[in-house]
Amino acid sequence: MSSSSALTEVPPPPVARTGGARRVVRQLLRDPVATGAAVVILVFLAAAVFADQITALTGQDPYTYHQELLNAKGVPIGFGGGISAEHWFGVEPLTGRDLFAIVVHGARTSLFVGLSATIVATIIGTVVGLVTGFFGGWVDRLGSRVVDVMFGFPVLVFLIALMAIIPTSLPRPPFMVLVIGVFGWPGISRLVRGQVMSLRERPFVVASTAMGARGGHVMFRQILPNALATIVVVTTIVIPSMIATEAALSFLGVGVPPPTPSWGRTLGDAIAWIRTSPMYLVFPGAALFLITLAFNLFGDGLRDALDPRTVKR
Amino acid sequence: MTEESADVVLAVDALTIAFAGQDRPAVNGVGFALRRGRVLALVGESGSGKSASAMSVLGLLPDTATAGGSVRLDGEELFGASDARLRAVRGGRIGTIFQEPMTAFTPAYTIGWQIAEAIRAHDVRTPRRRVQERVIELLGSVGLGEPDRIARSFPHQLSGGQLQRSMIAMAISCDPVALIADEPTTALDVTVQAGILDLLRRLRDERGTAILLITHDMGVVADLADDVVVLRHGEIVEAAPAARLFAAPRAAYTRELLDAVPRLDRIMLTAAVAAGVASSAPTAAAEVDGATIVYGTSWSRGRAPAVTQATFRIARGSTFGLVGESGSGKSTLGRALAGLIPVREGTVTVAGVDLTRASRGELRRLRRTIGYVFQDPASSINPRLTIGEAIAEPLRLHTRFGREERRSRALALLDAVQLPGSFVDRFPHELSGGQRQRAAIARAIALDPELLIADEPTSALDVSVQARVLELLSQLQRDLGFACLFISHDLAIVRELAEEVAVMRAGRIVEQGSASQVLGAPGEPYTRLLLAAAPVADPGEQRQRREAWRALAEEAA
Repeated sequence: MSSSSALTEVPPPPVARTGGARRVVRQLLRDPVATGAAVVILVFLAAAVFADQITALTGQDPYTYHQELLNAKGVPIGFGGGISAEHWFGVEPLTGRDLFAIVVHGARTSLFVGLSATIVATIIGTVVGLVTGFFGGWVDRLGSRVVDVMFGFPVLVFLIALMAIIPTSLPRPPFMVLVIGVFGWPGISRLVRGQVMSLRERPFVVASTAMGARGGHVMFRQILPNALATIVVVTTIVIPSMIATEAALSFLGVGVPPPTPSWGRTLGDAIAWIRTSPMYLVFPGAALFLITLAFNLFGDGLRDALDPRTVKR
Repeated sequence: MTEESADVVLAVDALTIAFAGQDRPAVNGVGFALRRGRVLALVGESGSGKSASAMSVLGLLPDTATAGGSVRLDGEELFGASDARLRAVRGGRIGTIFQEPMTAFTPAYTIGWQIAEAIRAHDVRTPRRRVQERVIELLGSVGLGEPDRIARSFPHQLSGGQLQRSMIAMAISCDPVALIADEPTTALDVTVQAGILDLLRRLRDERGTAILLITHDMGVVADLADDVVVLRHGEIVEAAPAARLFAAPRAAYTRELLDAVPRLDRIMLTAAVAAGVASSAPTAAAEVDGATIVYGTSWSRGRAPAVTQATFRIARGSTFGLVGESGSGKSTLGRALAGLIPVREGTVTVAGVDLTRASRGELRRLRRTIGYVFQDPASSINPRLTIGEAIAEPLRLHTRFGREERRSRALALLDAVQLPGSFVDRFPHELSGGQRQRAAIARAIALDPELLIADEPTSALDVSVQARVLELLSQLQRDLGFACLFISHDLAIVRELAEEVAVMRAGRIVEQGSASQVLGAPGEPYTRLLLAAAPVADPGEQRQRREAWRALAEEAA
């Protein structure tokens, strides 16, 4: 065998030694759509967290009635549903409550329920997907059948029924989180399971088993870190559908109870006023539209950033 | 290359290709001329720019690449040609054969349909009937028996060799003037490879097709090429007719490349022989007795066993070579020795413990005495762990070492495999293939194993790197005294490393004995066929071997 020194092994071009996260952030910042979406998400998050301070700027809150701003039929007086320096989005018909305050406080409900339900769904989905994909056999058959049943289940109808019968003494938002989350995991679990099944056959996983690793070690140290990217992306893409579910339930009148502001319920109420005060529908509708779009676009950008194969010029 | 330019089919001039985000161009000022009825080989190791050069001819470079220079087909400039013109050239004037025949066909359509589509893509007016006849004719002409059946088959129903022949049939369907063959036999077994190389030779001789052969295998070059261009780091190191290049390589790099190729005729005894040759040694590191392995659960009877009645023993400190073609069951046996696959019948004993009877806990404990090195270091190391963490994983699993101790052991192990200690915090993708395989070896020897199972440890590496990784393996064996099961399809490497060899075919061991006997004077016709099919890096000798292979292949048929 030759041992000549001229044949030096050429290492691949030096990659800056940064953790994955920093590279992903840099990649995201290069994508204007994803960056814009991230800004929108941050603005909404800020609105949800600092809702009280923000509405204090105009000296309004979402609960005070302003009958003096309505005409005899309960329709807001003035341009665009009563838009003014004090009431940036106008006021609510019939009550005269400040619409800006309602929308800003509504973000709190929407994001709290949407994000928390996503976390619940992601945790259940990841655990089920990981376990069924890794162990296979009867565990997988059982888990997959459960997922099949969940997929075939008329979830929305069931949710409406469930929300309608729970006692009013229970706090609504946490209960909604639980219910939406518990019904939202099957898709995530199926994705994770597929990922795990292909990772399970990869040589480095076999290598770990060959070194004498136990199932738990292989599952959490070898497989899970490699499936994380997929899980993160799925999570961001699931968020908008969770927010939409919350809005749908509130729209149908089985969501958060009044007077807690919620975009869904406001939209439901606004339907009745569409002819006389259309702006009542536009503001909460736009908020819902913007945040779901932003999460979708951000998830899309994140997937591209996490996948080294989609490097753009 | 100075001959008349009338025959030149494809002329590449001052070709430069740069990829976005890399400071050095992948190809820098490469030029060559492909002539009618000749085979030009572009040779080089990975990263030499040989594939990028070939793909630029077809205008198929990825979006991240920018190319400059000139590529002329029969005097017509292809750089900057319209998309329509390029499409007419691709598949029409220039046929392409890819490395992986299994992935180059669409699984959803029959072979016949796909070849017919290739024909119709360039001439829509050909009547359907005529196209069908042409497909059958083409499949027959590439040496496929029963062309009707092949045309009706889906890709998954055919073997790698049959698919590669079909791919060639598709490539020549429009009578191209030139063929680009990008590592056409790398994914195939040696005996299949010999047949494909024969077919390419026939195309050149009978049709006068010019062939641009891209390969890293000097044996393949010696077998087929008329002219050779040696590339390194995107630049031409040497260009010469094949006979001259092999007889008297001028560039130092070419000489080193040729020297690095393991040769069957070169007998080298490794120092480990001393420990292992006394095969009457009382203790065996591993023993396999009548092992039969069937994939699937116990109710899937009737399935053909992957391994049938295998019996062999590996003496302490010695190297046992397991050779055979893909699907012969050699890797299955290796996995069974690590207790990764259940054995249906017979016994497998490692370090005195019978794996077939061991409990799960015993099996886990036993695994600390077994090291495993896989074929592809890119996939056998977890991409999310640092090299240090990956190497120390066996320590984490089997010892009570703390974080600091593991780290210092990892550093010592890196030193043992001749890697700098600074690699401890790097991630696998920051290392080259050879470096990664060294790290994988470090992981395998972390607990001072009794048995090291090396499953094709170098077949994913460049030849020069390959030689040095093998050197490292035998040096570690001398120092640590582990026994080694060396699984490979490369007879030359096994001959250099192993004291004893078993040849497998279709799940059975057909011949075993000392390496010099089995590979030097084989008793079985199959072993002889395997030996004759492996190309050597010497055109003259390769011609003789080719004749010998043809005679044996006819005998076998």
